[in-house]
This record gives sequence, C-alpha cells and structure tokens, in this order.
Amino acid sequence: MSTPTADVARQAPPTRPATTRTPAATAALAGTGYLLRFMLRRNRVRLAVWTGSLVAFCGYYVVAIAAVYPTAADRQNRADSIANAGGTLLAGPGYGLEDYTIGRMFANEMALWLMALLATMNILLIARNTRAEEASGRTELVRALPIGRHAGTVAAFLMVLIADAAFALFGSALMISAGQLAAADTFTLLTGVALTALVFAAITTVTSQLTVHSRGASGLAFAALAAAVLIRGIGDIQQEHGSWLSWLSPIAWTQQARPYADVRLWPLGLSVLAIVVVLVVGAVLASRRDLGGALLHGRPGPAAAAPSLASPFALVVRQQRGALLWWLVGCVAMFGPAGLFLGADSGDALQRIAEQNELTETIFGDDPIMAFLAIMMLHNALAVAVFTTASVLRVQTEEDEGRLGLGLSRPTSRTNALLAHLAAAGIGALVLLVAGGALPLWLGASLSGGDTSLLILLKSAGAFALGIAVLIAVTAALYAWVPRASALAWVFCGIIVVERFFGSVLQLPTAVKALSPFWWVGSYPNAPLDPAHLVGLGVVAAALSALAVAGFRRRDLSAG
Amino acid sequence: MTANPVEIADLRKSFGSVKALDGLHLTVRPGEIAGFLGPNGAGKSTTIRVLLGLQRRDSGTARLFGGDAWRDAVALHRRLAYVPGDVSLWPNLTGGEAIDYLTRLHDTSDRAERRKRKAALLDSFELDPTKKARTYSKGNRQKVALVAAFLIDPELYIFDEPTSGLDPLMEAVFTEHVQRVKDAGRAVLLSSHILSEVEKVCDTVTIIRSGRTVESGTLAELRHLTRTTVSALVVDDPAAITGLAGVHDVTTTAASGDVTKVDLSVDNAQIGAVLAALSRLDVRGLTATPPSLEELFMRHYGADPTAAAPRNVEAVAR
Repeated sequence: MSTPTADVARQAPPTRPATTRTPAATAALAGTGYLLRFMLRRNRVRLAVWTGSLVAFCGYYVVAIAAVYPTAADRQNRADSIANAGGTLLAGPGYGLEDYTIGRMFANEMALWLMALLATMNILLIARNTRAEEASGRTELVRALPIGRHAGTVAAFLMVLIADAAFALFGSALMISAGQLAAADTFTLLTGVALTALVFAAITTVTSQLTVHSRGASGLAFAALAAAVLIRGIGDIQQEHGSWLSWLSPIAWTQQARPYADVRLWPLGLSVLAIVVVLVVGAVLASRRDLGGALLHGRPGPAAAAPSLASPFALVVRQQRGALLWWLVGCVAMFGPAGLFLGADSGDALQRIAEQNELTETIFGDDPIMAFLAIMMLHNALAVAVFTTASVLRVQTEEDEGRLGLGLSRPTSRTNALLAHLAAAGIGALVLLVAGGALPLWLGASLSGGDTSLLILLKSAGAFALGIAVLIAVTAALYAWVPRASALAWVFCGIIVVERFFGSVLQLPTAVKALSPFWWVGSYPNAPLDPAHLVGLGVVAAALSALAVAGFRRRDLSAG
Repeated sequence: MTANPVEIADLRKSFGSVKALDGLHLTVRPGEIAGFLGPNGAGKSTTIRVLLGLQRRDSGTARLFGGDAWRDAVALHRRLAYVPGDVSLWPNLTGGEAIDYLTRLHDTSDRAERRKRKAALLDSFELDPTKKARTYSKGNRQKVALVAAFLIDPELYIFDEPTSGLDPLMEAVFTEHVQRVKDAGRAVLLSSHILSEVEKVCDTVTIIRSGRTVESGTLAELRHLTRTTVSALVVDDPAAITGLAGVHDVTTTAASGDVTKVDLSVDNAQIGAVLAALSRLDVRGLTATPPSLEELFMRHYGADPTAAAPRNVEAVAR
C-alpha cells in the first residue's frame, strides 16, 4: 500500500482561482470532503470490522437471549437478580423491570456496553486520524496543500458519524427483523447509542488539542468515558430510574429515552446539544494553538538517569511501567467490585443465579462460590494473557525502530536483551495476577463480610502464571526464529481465549484444546489442580524460552 | 604489535539472492580516521551492522581489535562507540537519561569528572537534556547519540552518517570533536556521503560500490590515480594537445581576440608531457586543479554505465 500522505499529495484538490476570496469560515474547512473520502478509504477495514461486529453483536444478543430466557418467568427471574446496586451499576436505570421483555432487557443491560464500545471506537479513530497524524508529521504535509485549518478534524468527525450512523441503521434493521422488536423504540435506542458515542468523539477532538501525543488524547477521552459510566451508575443507584447526578452523564441521555418502556425522544437532544458545544470548544482551542503544539505543555524531565537505569531490564521496565500501571488500575477496578459481590450472603445470591436457567446452572454447578472465583480468576488471567502478548511483542517494535540495535552496541549480550523483555513481561503478568486479580477479589470479599481463602486465590494465580509463562515463551520463540510471523502470537492468545470461553460449547477436539496452556490449568478452585500438569507447563515454558534465546543469538537483527 | 581497530577482508553477506556485500576490504589503523564512502545501498550500513555483531557475515573476516565481530561482540563493544545515521530513542526517556543509559556500561573513571564532561558536551552541541526524546527533532536525536559516543571516549568510534540532520554549525562542532579524538590517538570509521566532511578530517578513504571495495588509500594516493583538470588560455592552435596520451575531454572556446580557452583533464602520470606541450602554444594563462573527492566519487558512479547495478541492492540492504 502506498503511504497515506503520498496519496493525499497525488490527488490534491484543485486550487481555487486567486481572484475569488473565500470567507474565513469556508476557508478553514476547505478540502474537508476530499480528506473525508481519503480517511474513509484509509480506515475502511477498521471501520468495517468495528461496526460490523457491533451490528452482529446486537443481532446475536436478541436471538441468543430469546433462547436462554424463553419465558416471561425466566426473564422476570433475571430482572429480580439484577435489581440491586451491583446490577444497576453494570446495567441501566431499570426501566420496565416489572415486565422484563427482551427489548427492555436489551435496553437495560446491553445499551451501556454498546455505548462504551462504540465510544471506544470513536475515541480511537479520532485520536488516530487527528493527533497521531499530527504527531507523525504527516499533517504538516497535508496542511501545506490548499486545505483548511479545521478540515482534518471535521473530516475525522464526519467519518465516525458515518460509521455510527451505519451502526444505528443496520443494527436497528437486524434487531427489528431478527428479534421482532418495536421499530420506533429500537431505532431510538440505537440512535441514542450512536449520539452518546459521538459525544465522546467530540470530546476527543478537544483532548487532542490538549496533549501532543495520540495516547494522551485518547487516554483523557477514556477517562471522561469512565467517569461518565461511573457517574451514571452512582446516580442510578441513589434513586430508582436515576437521580440528578445520572443526568450529568451522556450515558444517561440514551438510557433515559426509556426505549421499549415508554419511549421519549427529547433526552437525545441533550446529546446533540453537547456534541455541538464540545465541537465548538475544540475548534476554538484548535485555533489558539500552533500545528504540532498543545495547550498542556509536557514537563521537562531529569537531565540525568537514575543510577538504576543501567541494564536492559531496567530500561524495559521503565518503558512499560506506565502501561502496567494502567492495566493494574483496570484490573483492580474490575475485580475489586466483583469481590464485593462475595459478601456474607453471597452463597444464596449465587445459588439464585445458578437456578436461573440451564446455562447458568452448568456454569455454577454445586459450589457456586468456588465456580464464581474460578470464573473471576480466569477473566483476570485472560486479560493478563492479552497484556503479556502485547508486552513481549514490544521487543519487535524496539528492533524494527533500531533501538534494540543501538542498545546492543553497548557491551550487553543478546541473551540479556531478550531475557530482559521476557522477564519484564513475566513480572508484569505476576503483578497483574496477584495484585490485580487475587488480592482485589479477596479484599472485596473481606470488606463485604465474606469468607474467601486468600491461599486458594494465590494458588490459582500461581497456576495461571505457569500458563502465562508458556504464552511468553511461545511468543518469544516465534519472535526469535520467525520474526516476520511473530504477530501469530495473537492467534495463540486468541486460541487461549476461545478455548476457555467456547471450548465446550463449540465441542472443540481435545487436540485443539490441549494447545491452550489454560486448558492444562483447568478451572481451579472449582476443580482440583493437577501437579503434573503444572510441572509440565513449567518445563514447556523453560524449554521454549531456551529455544527462543538460542534462535535470537544466531539471527540477523533487522535494523540498527 | 596490537591489532588494527578494524580489519575487514573479503567480507560477503547476502540477503536472499541479493548480494549486499561482495568482497569488501576495509582497514582502520590505530589513530587513523577512515572515510567510508558509497552511494545509498552500496552496503555501508550492512558493513557496520556486521562490525557491530548485529548481522552475521556469510564469509570473509570482520575483526575489531583482533577479535571476531560476531563472537566477541560484548567484549569488543566495551572499546567502541556507535552513532547510527537515523537515531531512534526511547520515547519516554529524556535525552539526558538516554545518554546515561547508552554510556553507563563502559568503564567510567570518576563520576564528578564524567558529569563535567557530559555538561561540556551538552553545551558544545547545544542540547537540552531535560526534553523527552519523542519531542526531539532528527538533528537533536542525532546529537544525543553523538554526545553519548564522545562521552564514552572509546578506542574506536563508528559513525554511520553521523551528521545527517545537523545544521552546518553543528557539523563544524562535530568535525572539531573528531579532530580532538584523533589528536588523542583514537581511531574513527566515518561513513558519510558528505564529501567535504570526509575530505576535511579523514586520513584514508575507502570507496565501495555494490558491496565491493573499488578504491582505497590516502587521499593523496587516490588523487594520484586520477586526473588533474587543466584550463589554459593559448594563442596557437591547441589541436596538438588533443592527440597526446592521457588527455581527455578537450573543449576549446574562443576567448578574446586570437586567444583560445582550452579545458581538458589529464592523467596525473602524463601531466609533465602535457604541460611541456602546452608551453609551446604561447600560454597566456593557466590553472591546474587537483581532483576533488567529489570528482573521484563521481568518476566511480556517475558516467559508468554499470553504476546502475547497485540500485537493486538498495531496497533490501536498507
């Protein structure tokens, strides 16, 4: 594929005749349509995958939920089980809980997640197409063409608007046809979801003016999203169907449209208003700064390195500690509240869930608490698997961009350089498993008066750590021997996730399941650990690591 | 006898079917500054990567201080400093931190002394060490690597187009520092295509093409092998010159009155005979210019039709 800027340059829009002077507002937007077409083409795969999977998810949910909760009594049972603080926090304001139809279930439980996912897509796309372009210097080339100051931002916003509109349209069509849901309510709900997500797209155009880094811009926007989710949750817990606090959150503006319960349109107007206001704020801020600059200035750092920054390991830790910290915050935020659920009467609550339907019964079985712990620890371990894969693969970026070679021009060995990355990933994984999973679960349970064994949780974390070690070693071996194929580590990571979630549903053959190190860990504490399996995992991890080091020592490095 | 800092003989390295290095010879003696010239894709960077033990040679020898560049890499790196042509730094480290990280594994005698030298180098390169590396321009990233290299003060410097992105003032600062380390008896391998820079500081020059050494020696030796440009104002018919052995590219233009301007280039070995012939033509003015490095360089790449060959190596070797 040719480079984006080259494409832009080649198809530059025709220059205006110098005699017709365009008004300032039009000039600032010159070339918007042209940039929009270019962005749509450049992001076509990303846009199609995001919106396509969200639409499919909507269709799948309404069909699946009808199968899992076939009768009104089933659904009422479900409504009762989430009519509490935890349920409200993770779902919605609870309109129509008294007669829980499939539509109301979707609006109450799924709308929040749809908004979060669509907003995530918008935030990433806006940051990627505005701030990241500017940071890479490509915007400079494009802005040298007859293209207006705000054209890039407006084009990026229009691009996500098109994607969100497509989601609302096709999602509604699918839900109306496949789930036989009321057309007006469905369309209102998904339009609301799209509008809320667009509020966060607009917020990203503001945060993009504040920091010079794309990650900083999306990070600030994600913080706003997290705050919106939290504020809405607290507001709805304070008062049934939401307090004044809820109304401060763009999330509420969609949920308060009460689809399938007593639909009203005006709350969506709040979103529209917010989008316009925030976009204007972004445009004003953008006019006040230079290209490449930002309103928040980066602070200067130390002129000398800390004495500890001497080994490759110290350097890798220094590079990755920020990411690890955010993962840890995320895990604690996830599993701490989950632990709160394990209060004194948790056995009964879980038993009720277990009795809801066949699916939950097979999951929770005879000992619901142990099953719940196993599920929570598994979720934590799967998140850690994603973190670990990304962490190990950063060594390839280091190599491709020449930093690994520069580091190796110091008197350090290749073995040392590779093991530094593996050790950093391994230690990060251990931190997340223990301090991000086991401890928050135990603390949450203890705080709410539950009685959960820390030892069991630590044993589970340790067992998963061995599985993670195999994942690290496989990724490292791929990177060392076939660097071009090291992205296949994500396929391996995917196998681990799919095997755990869908292994039995899809009836995967044992040979496939056995590929996943987590299959060998099993579902402790719901089922006992097999010491032989754990030793086996350790041996495989050690052998593959040695293989990786051997491969890395003998091959050419790509740059430096 | 101590071994030469760099000793490369008949070095060969292929990437798939493309020969990046195909019989390369290069020597850097102690206390010597060796220029390493070649167009893009000629194999300069590959040679340096082999010297650093980042890539493995197919055949030939690549030795640093007598040790094998691949096998003894870690020990040899204690005695050298390297500056790549396109420095990529760790984005969340400041320039000062990157400098410390890059220099910390070398023997440093005295910490206070080292701090003083670091400050002096930062000062002479006008670099702010408190900025995060991701905010540095290309020239400033280059300065980070240069400060780190000069701070190490090793026996051998390996520079791969070190001044790319630097302004002329900073290029001059770089040249000063190279002179300084040369006076201190260090060896330098300087890969560059800024010929004036090489001309200014280098003792010897190695010119490569398509991964092969095509010319090497001191600048004086190289000049001897080539031609001098002569321009003369003569009264008599210059046709007599044209037929002489070693005379090339003769052009004549009518100057004022009966004077004719004649330009030609002559093989240095024949210059005596040509001057003698010229003197019989009633010379009114004469300039003779020794070949610049640029002319040497162009002679190897410019007119030669086979010079197009290295092009296909470019993409792969980069």
